[in-house]
Amino acid sequence: MAQLALVIDLNVCVGCHACVTSCKEWNTSGQAGPMFDDRPYDENPTGTFFNRVQTYEIGTFPNTETLHFPKSCLHCEEPPCVPVCPTGASYKRTEDGIVLVDYNKCIGCKYCSWACPYGAREFDEKQKVMKKCTLCVDRIYDQNLPPNERKPACVMSCPTSARLFGDVHDPASEVSLAIRERGGYQLMPEWGTKPSNHYLPRRKTHLRIHEDELVRADNPLKKEDIRHETSKEVSLDDWLM
Amino acid sequence: MHPAFSVIFLTTLIGVGQGFFLALFTVESYATLKLIPQQDHVSFYALGSAISLVFLIGGLIASIFHLGHPERAWRAIVQWKTSWLSREVIALPLMMGLVFLYGVAHFFNLDVNFLQLPEFKGQLTLLLGILTTIATFALFICTGMVYAGIKFLQEWANPITVVNYILLGGASGFCFATLFAVFQAPDLVLFYAGWTVIITIVALITRGFSLYRNARLKYSSNIQSAIGIRHTHIKQKAMGFMGGSFNTREYFHHATVFLFKSIKWIFLILTFLIPTVLLLMGLNGEKNLLIAAFVVQYIGLLFERWFFFAQANHPQNLYYQTV
Ligand code: SF4
Ligand code: SF4
Repeated sequence: MAQLALVIDLNVCVGCHACVTSCKEWNTSGQAGPMFDDRPYDENPTGTFFNRVQTYEIGTFPNTETLHFPKSCLHCEEPPCVPVCPTGASYKRTEDGIVLVDYNKCIGCKYCSWACPYGAREFDEKQKVMKKCTLCVDRIYDQNLPPNERKPACVMSCPTSARLFGDVHDPASEVSLAIRERGGYQLMPEWGTKPSNHYLPRRKTHLRIHEDELVRADNPLKKEDIRHETSKEVSLDDWLM
Repeated sequence: MHPAFSVIFLTTLIGVGQGFFLALFTVESYATLKLIPQQDHVSFYALGSAISLVFLIGGLIASIFHLGHPERAWRAIVQWKTSWLSREVIALPLMMGLVFLYGVAHFFNLDVNFLQLPEFKGQLTLLLGILTTIATFALFICTGMVYAGIKFLQEWANPITVVNYILLGGASGFCFATLFAVFQAPDLVLFYAGWTVIITIVALITRGFSLYRNARLKYSSNIQSAIGIRHTHIKQKAMGFMGGSFNTREYFHHATVFLFKSIKWIFLILTFLIPTVLLLMGLNGEKNLLIAAFVVQYIGLLFERWFFFAQANHPQNLYYQTV
């Protein structure tokens, strides 16, 4: 069975929040919407989002590194949030592994949000139901969209292509390849939730430059003005002249 | 976790109702074995069942305030195969129905001679009482497992949570029974007060054990496993928003360290110490002391439940460290 998921490349995420806003934009007007906002233009705005980008500082000054960390429902293969739901409103689709909430069944008891170790679920204070990332299920199968746009809104909007989307059960897919070749990992593996979303670690790219690569030893246009010692011996040129 | 008042009242009120029913039925079983005199069907058992039912209904009403869509609450019975919450939703009305039948059987003094023993009176109420006792314990177990069943809420994920729910509910129910006996069966005051003190002391031991355990808990998750970066110095700089979210509201108690610590001592004193002293002082049937014992213990249990929720540290909090 397929398992659709996101693979997020922390090495290229620049923390621009484009995925956060495009997610909200798509989903508030889609099947999951509207997504409530409280005091959107006042002090302390708050609201329901499916996706957040957080920022961490790693290391101690001056040897620090900034990590931007997008976080949304990981569509776990063993989702602990699903069996605890008393109404069956939370479910995992067998055909593509997407974990969804049926807003018509949810009674808003919030128990599932306690059972998600990642804090990926957010209660909608207006509609009084539990919401979470749907992997844009109302977009990725939309036959009216051109095939290359049948991707989650966050993936479409990411300016650095930090978000890859595909089937992690298909070993030949782009996401599986990325996980395999670029050290893809899961969050909190200790709980056995088997998150489908993976993260690609930050990588250090070093370019080793030797001294003789900075000055052009062959000096074709005499630009560096390097004058090599000339040989005192008779050379071929002397001989020919 | 954020302690929601609806759940605090739900669990404490049904605890009293369940414990009080058990107290009533304890007397009936003792009386059947002729260890203590039988009580009046109407003024003791039927009235007692009605009061127990009032506590259970009170809890049910409190739970409604916890739901976003109480009008669909009936849907919560469908996932009983996997969800302890669903099982609790089934067990509560089941127990209420049985308490009701138990009260009705006593009120009309109904009896059926199941065992073909004409001398053996009260077989129907005994049978109903046994069934209700089973339902009562089933409800305690469901309530406890709703919390103990979430393995990464490590403060809760232990059988001691279930034991505490049973004993604390039992203590408050027997404490109420003592008060009830003052008015309806003065010869039982000593009996109930004795049991209340015993259950309260055992509950202190088990609750104390869970406090001890929680103080020494080793968390399985840390910020390194949460974001998958192996580095000893990781500091969150931004949570992704400034005005708070469900994540900062639902999983944090937002009380100061001082208040949090004081509530622990408040609940220990109010739930265990003062009621025990008051009960021992009130053994001669001094009404006001026994009333005070129940009221103080119930208030203590409200603090206990607040602390129970507030103490649970959800792993998602690792992602929200600049709250
Ligand atoms: S990330 Fe949380 S909400 Fe999403 S499937 Fe896993 S446990 Fe459920
Ligand atoms: S909040 Fe809704 S989806 Fe979550 S456990 Fe309750 S009924 Fe199920």
